[in-house]
Amino acid sequence: MTAADTEAAAPPADSEPPPPTGRKSGRPKGGGRATARTGGALLPYLLIGPAIVAIAAIFAWPLVQTVIMSFQDMGRRELWTGDSPPWVGFEQFSTILGDSHFWSVTFKTVLFMVVCVSLTMSLGLLIAMSMQRMSPWVRLLLTGALIAAWSMPLLVATSVFRWLSDSDYGVINSTLSRIPGLDFQGHNWFLNPWQGFTIIGAVVIWGAIPFVVITLYAALTQVPKELEEAAKLDGANSWGVFHHVVFPVIKPVFQMVATLSVIWDFNIFGQVFLMRGNKPEPEYELLGIYSFQKAFTSSSFSQGTAIALITVLLLSGVAAYYLRQLLKTGEVE
Amino acid sequence: MSTTTTARTSEGADTEGAQTPPKKPAPRRYRAERRPNRIGFNIFGLVAFVVMAFPVYWLVLSAFRPNSEIRSYDQSLFPTSITFDNFVRATETRFFWTAIQSSLIICVTAVLGAMVLGTIAAFAIGRFNFVGRKAFMMVLIVVQVLPPTAMLIPIYVQLNSMGALNEYWGVIVVYLVSVLPFSIWMIRGFVINVPKELEESAMVDGCSRMQAFWKVMFPLLAPGIAAASIFSLITAWNEYLFAYVIMQDNDKYTLNVWLMNFTTDRGTDYGGLMAGSVIVAVPVVIFFMIVQKKMAAGLTSGAVKG
Repeated sequence: MTAADTEAAAPPADSEPPPPTGRKSGRPKGGGRATARTGGALLPYLLIGPAIVAIAAIFAWPLVQTVIMSFQDMGRRELWTGDSPPWVGFEQFSTILGDSHFWSVTFKTVLFMVVCVSLTMSLGLLIAMSMQRMSPWVRLLLTGALIAAWSMPLLVATSVFRWLSDSDYGVINSTLSRIPGLDFQGHNWFLNPWQGFTIIGAVVIWGAIPFVVITLYAALTQVPKELEEAAKLDGANSWGVFHHVVFPVIKPVFQMVATLSVIWDFNIFGQVFLMRGNKPEPEYELLGIYSFQKAFTSSSFSQGTAIALITVLLLSGVAAYYLRQLLKTGEVE
Repeated sequence: MSTTTTARTSEGADTEGAQTPPKKPAPRRYRAERRPNRIGFNIFGLVAFVVMAFPVYWLVLSAFRPNSEIRSYDQSLFPTSITFDNFVRATETRFFWTAIQSSLIICVTAVLGAMVLGTIAAFAIGRFNFVGRKAFMMVLIVVQVLPPTAMLIPIYVQLNSMGALNEYWGVIVVYLVSVLPFSIWMIRGFVINVPKELEESAMVDGCSRMQAFWKVMFPLLAPGIAAASIFSLITAWNEYLFAYVIMQDNDKYTLNVWLMNFTTDRGTDYGGLMAGSVIVAVPVVIFFMIVQKKMAAGLTSGAVKG
């Protein structure tokens, strides 16, 4: 806050040396937004008041509740009677942390996230870089497909993939069976969790690639052609050009997209939940599903919130990193 | 420098040929090198196109395919016969029309509310400098990183104690606040691009602050508010989890929950499911096309909602 104040008090001074670089969301032209009118010192607080109340009621207060509930024992009975649940201290946490299922779920969640994020980012970068080099009509086709895929609601995308991988009439099985020597007729992809998670991973990656490609492609167009050419003239091979010229330019965007992907893929819920017909088996539990099942199937709301709290804590490092990047780009000024 | 500008206007990526103008054979060599490259990238691009487009293609194809062909062990990859049976069956299922009604009531109310709260808050953080402004902006980002599934249980318990379970307003409030942070963020981007002088001169000419806002600011913010409301509408329309948990009566289900319950104990009617999915997706696709350009930029600059 103090940084913002000083910056606003002396806009043209040292705090932001290169103002005319023309970042598009920059400050308004004349003088900055500095002067808070003395008469209306309360006005901004009145204006953000309703938003703050709303956010506090739906985000902040429940977060506090999460912490409180995870130290209590809240079940169905307390929910319906409104009695305040008994305090149990760290019991929920010790139960969960002592449960081997929790550890296997956590491991699965992290593994799934790592695989999905690395595949999404590498494929996304590959497609984005090739898009610069393909004929315009191919690029146009591909962009159209990307936008169409991007606009699909998660629920619809998951339904389609469920239908694609249906054991009896799914097109994946009937196409694979056409390959001589393979018989996938009636093959159930979800009996083996590894195969099941492959299909789920496919939905996740398919759904995430459009955003990654379009964002990275936009970043790649910012790479100065002169620099690439100069590097080539100096004898750099294509890896050298990428490593020393292209990547440094797109790095901030790449990091931002990768961080968002980590956050999104760590919180995967719907794709698994919907793919398994709203009743995921224990093998298909990721942290989000695990917490949901504990609360709404086993009616142990406190254990559910304790797991959710652990998830938030696990993610908070990534979230802090994301926040720092945003601060660095100067969006929060 | 002039060579580089011409190089940039030509489409290809490797334009080193342009750097050596005097030699005659250079352009030919350059063309000979470029050809196979492009073909490789084009093939890769077409493969990527097929992979990305196929699920969407299959969705539409299956929605229009007669049930006899859907229940076939040998799926034809190409359109055969077209029928609207699936759509008729989907719309004739119970609670379809009430689901449309619920979805519309909930989404429109939530978005309108979010726009009112969002615009005034965005105006405050875009125009005034006050203690806590930066903290408020950080809060806007942090709440979007919170996993919705983690918030689900406490919100459910909270709504339960407020008697908001199974009520429209319970879902409306949740949706309103979920889209609020990124709406504020987005509209703020438009606020800071309106020169302060415009407003000030209106006030010098005798407008009150309120009038200056309505007559000068608001028309300039309108495109931003429109874009933010389309984003919010898409987000709210696509949400299914909170609606699924909060709503208990069949006739209060939103369209997504209606679609979630398409699978019965006797198996899944995939033709109907695909037709239902098309119905759910069409408004989203239309709105998405309108705001797609802003989507990528918005996502990387702090508006996190996907």
